Amino acid sequence: MKSIILTAGARLLVALLLVFSVFMLLRGHNVPGGGFIGGLIGAVGFVVYAIACGTSEAREALRLAPEKIAMAGLGIALFSGFMAFVMADDPFTGQWLFIGATETDKGLPLSSVLVFDIGVYLVVMGAILTLVFALEEEV
Amino acid sequence: MEVLLSLVVGALVAAAIYLMLSRDLLRFLFGLILISNAANLSIFVSGRLISGAPPLIEKGQDFPVGEVANALPQALVLTAIVIGFGLFAFALVLTLRAYRSLGTLDTDEMRVAEPKDPS
Amino acid sequence: MAAAQDNSLPTSPGQALAGWVSVLISVAFFVGFWQALGPVGNGEVLRWSWEWVPSLGISLSFLIDGLSLSFALLISGIGALVMLYSTKYLAGHKHFARFFLYLTLFMMAMLGLVLSDNLLSLFVFWELTSITSYLLIGFSHTSADSRRSALQALLVTGGGGLALLAGIILIGWVAGTYELSEIRAQGDLIREHGLYLTIFVLFLLGAFTKSAQIPFHFWLPNAMAAPTPVSAYLHSATMVKAGIYLLARMHPTLAETDVWLWTLTIAGSATAVFASFMAVKQTDLKQILAYTTLMALGTLTLFLAADTGYAITAAMTFLIVHSLYKAALFMIAGAVDHSTGTREIDRLGGLARAMPITTAAAALAALSMAGFPPFLGFIGKELKYYGALAVQSEPLLVAGAVLLANALMLVAAGLVAFRPFWRGTHSTPMTPHEAPWQLLAGPVILAVLGALFGINSDLIANTLIKPGVAAISSGELEPVELKLWAGINLPLILSGITITLGIVLLIVHRRMRAFLLAMEARLPSFDRGWDKFLDGMKATAAWQTRILQSGVMRYYLYVIFATLLVAVGGTLIWTGAFTGIPDIQGVQVKHWVVVFLILAGTALTTITNSRIAGIAGLGAVGIGVALIFIIYSAPDVAITQLLVETLIVVLFAVAALRLPMLKPEDGFPNRKLDALFATAIGAVVAAIMITVTTGPINRRLTEYFEQSSWIDAYGRNIVNVILVDFRALDTFGEIAVVAVAGIAAWAILKGPKEDAK
Repeated sequence: MKSIILTAGARLLVALLLVFSVFMLLRGHNVPGGGFIGGLIGAVGFVVYAIACGTSEAREALRLAPEKIAMAGLGIALFSGFMAFVMADDPFTGQWLFIGATETDKGLPLSSVLVFDIGVYLVVMGAILTLVFALEEEV
Repeated sequence: MEVLLSLVVGALVAAAIYLMLSRDLLRFLFGLILISNAANLSIFVSGRLISGAPPLIEKGQDFPVGEVANALPQALVLTAIVIGFGLFAFALVLTLRAYRSLGTLDTDEMRVAEPKDPS
Repeated sequence: MAAAQDNSLPTSPGQALAGWVSVLISVAFFVGFWQALGPVGNGEVLRWSWEWVPSLGISLSFLIDGLSLSFALLISGIGALVMLYSTKYLAGHKHFARFFLYLTLFMMAMLGLVLSDNLLSLFVFWELTSITSYLLIGFSHTSADSRRSALQALLVTGGGGLALLAGIILIGWVAGTYELSEIRAQGDLIREHGLYLTIFVLFLLGAFTKSAQIPFHFWLPNAMAAPTPVSAYLHSATMVKAGIYLLARMHPTLAETDVWLWTLTIAGSATAVFASFMAVKQTDLKQILAYTTLMALGTLTLFLAADTGYAITAAMTFLIVHSLYKAALFMIAGAVDHSTGTREIDRLGGLARAMPITTAAAALAALSMAGFPPFLGFIGKELKYYGALAVQSEPLLVAGAVLLANALMLVAAGLVAFRPFWRGTHSTPMTPHEAPWQLLAGPVILAVLGALFGINSDLIANTLIKPGVAAISSGELEPVELKLWAGINLPLILSGITITLGIVLLIVHRRMRAFLLAMEARLPSFDRGWDKFLDGMKATAAWQTRILQSGVMRYYLYVIFATLLVAVGGTLIWTGAFTGIPDIQGVQVKHWVVVFLILAGTALTTITNSRIAGIAGLGAVGIGVALIFIIYSAPDVAITQLLVETLIVVLFAVAALRLPMLKPEDGFPNRKLDALFATAIGAVVAAIMITVTTGPINRRLTEYFEQSSWIDAYGRNIVNVILVDFRALDTFGEIAVVAVAGIAAWAILKGPKEDAK
């Protein structure tokens, strides 16, 4: 049951949800949000898209196979844990880099923790989409 | 309020177990969702309830001001929800597959590994 | 049999290398331990220690005193000779290198066992010797007999090992340490402790199974399925003496009680006498030797029962004597087998002409075994009589047992080392020829050593025996001098009687064997008993599996939930922790609304027969729970809950299309009972929750996270910082589970399709 309104709306919605999910991911360290929530929002976006336009179109929009996204996320999370080895810390110790920091301002903080959260985001989104797409294609 | 929610958890557990003991796999899945809700709620309540003070550190402060909600059970529950979802989804897929292979959702009929009369 | 194997295949260079490397390793060990002879002879005790598992008090600590040094020299020395022997004996065997790997592994484990100063590491090495023994007995893995014998040995010694572990844990609990050198100082404390008897029995089970004392003796003769070098090494000279070693090692800690004295005396003498009769009944060379080994183990146990200088000196001396001559005789048996193709004594005779060196070595070893002067065996036998007459329990009974056993030993020595070589003519499958030098080196060296030590007993008296006795008796007992001639006294007279009796019995051997065979037919067989025991175990396993593994999911759930109900609910009542439902306070209208939403959703899902209604009910519950998270300051959790709830509804909606309708359950009579059961568990859970939430709470961890979230981890959202920083490794494990769940589900759906029947 393809309806033009639903299809067009879903395209808009998935774009909005994706942007929102990245927003939630990035702000998560200081206010509610984070990789789990961001990943879930992203997944919901594509699930809506798949229901509206069909899974094959959703797969195309995603470009990468969702199981690959999940595995890549797992690899990224693991990699972020091993970043600590560079500084001779125990694995999964957070590593921080403050770009342009001054006395009063911390500048742009980059950290292995953020990389880890990106990994979480990708795993949650990838795993859920793997499952949902497979289920929908079965029916 | 902890007492009231304790009773709610008890009710959820009772309903969940009743459903899980059903012979119908779909009802079993309902029970599975209820019992994971009950488990999450019980962890959350065990950390005590504080309303209106999320575990955030305000800008300009080094520590949370005043008493804030217990962050530890929240972190536990957050991952538990996602894992619980993974478990449920996997169980649902297994159910689908079992129905496709065996043609029934009656667990008493699903005895491929341990048939009624071993022969 | 191993010896009859095709030796025509050349041994590849790599295999030969494996053999020679093994020989070199053991020689190196031997030379190393040789260096310790000086200090230990002066009464020193050498120690090394490394931390292994500090949190459990397990250290890798080693000690060398007289006892462990004697064992270590025997293990590495005989090991070197046996490995040299095996390079020829197993030449061309398909698994030549594997054999040497096992043998070297065993040697390391055995050395670790006797050198350990920590009971727990001793246990680890103890089990390693059992495992390597299993591999070696079952070396001819194509033979069902070998496999059965290997498994039997493993189960018997492994079972004993479990008992030993329990005993070790108890002793560690009583003494507060697992270090042997500290435990031995606490002998009095342990002997007077209420758990002494339990510890004693557990240690005894370990030692008796390993050293094949009655009633656990039956595995040892079966272990002769192993290639002959293994029998010579593991099952006579070293591994089976591990139990004896344990008894000796624990002597300062556990001995000097009546129960120790009597148990060891009775078990030891029963084993010795029984085994000697069994020995002279056999016709296979290896079987005769196996039973004489049992006899020796019994005698050693017997002497460790007592705590007199005579008895302990006798034990130490006999330990060395026996290892020397028994290893030699086993290797000779192998050489005879190798050369003639049979080990049946009735088919062997007059080999002296064809195998002169073997014959000489056999004669030397057998004279030592039979206890003729001037061999070390004679001194050992004299000391046995001294020791027997000095035991506190029943000196005459013990002396009688020893005398009978010794006389029969003489018969066995005659059967093994004289009859095949001197009397009659042979009718063997192969034409006998002298064995190659690798097969001769071991027996000759060991047999000559037996004579040498006898003639000049000072060679070992001060270096090994004296420190050994000191180690066994905590230095309280004076060792007895080793002398060939001590004047005419009771032990010498007993020796004379032994030799006369032995020769008479050797002459009437055939008639005696017929009589023993007739006797044995009437006695119950331990070996068959073992088979029945195993069958019984299997039947029990099958029986309980049929009950527990019903194959009906509901029954499994009943078991799980009933356990929860009984164990947790019972504890709650038993401890009296639950004191009733307190007043419900501080509940506002919005709270009641949320609670009502959850309960209504629950009720709907529980009673409905419509899939859509059920899913809707679940959605209500999920949203209610999310509202609780919102009210009580958990924004992250609430958002996650709402998103997951959405996805659950979507998934269910998609899947429900493929699933059948719900059927009404009114027809099932047991649903009312289920409801009662479920309500009971719900009540227990609610009671636990109330008990927990009204009790004290420890916020130490939460406070730590609150204090360091910004300062150390630069994050203001404490929940997120816990997830991605403080507990990142846990989170990694969790996302891995999510990923696996997703991919497994995908694999199930996309996997090969089978349609409904």
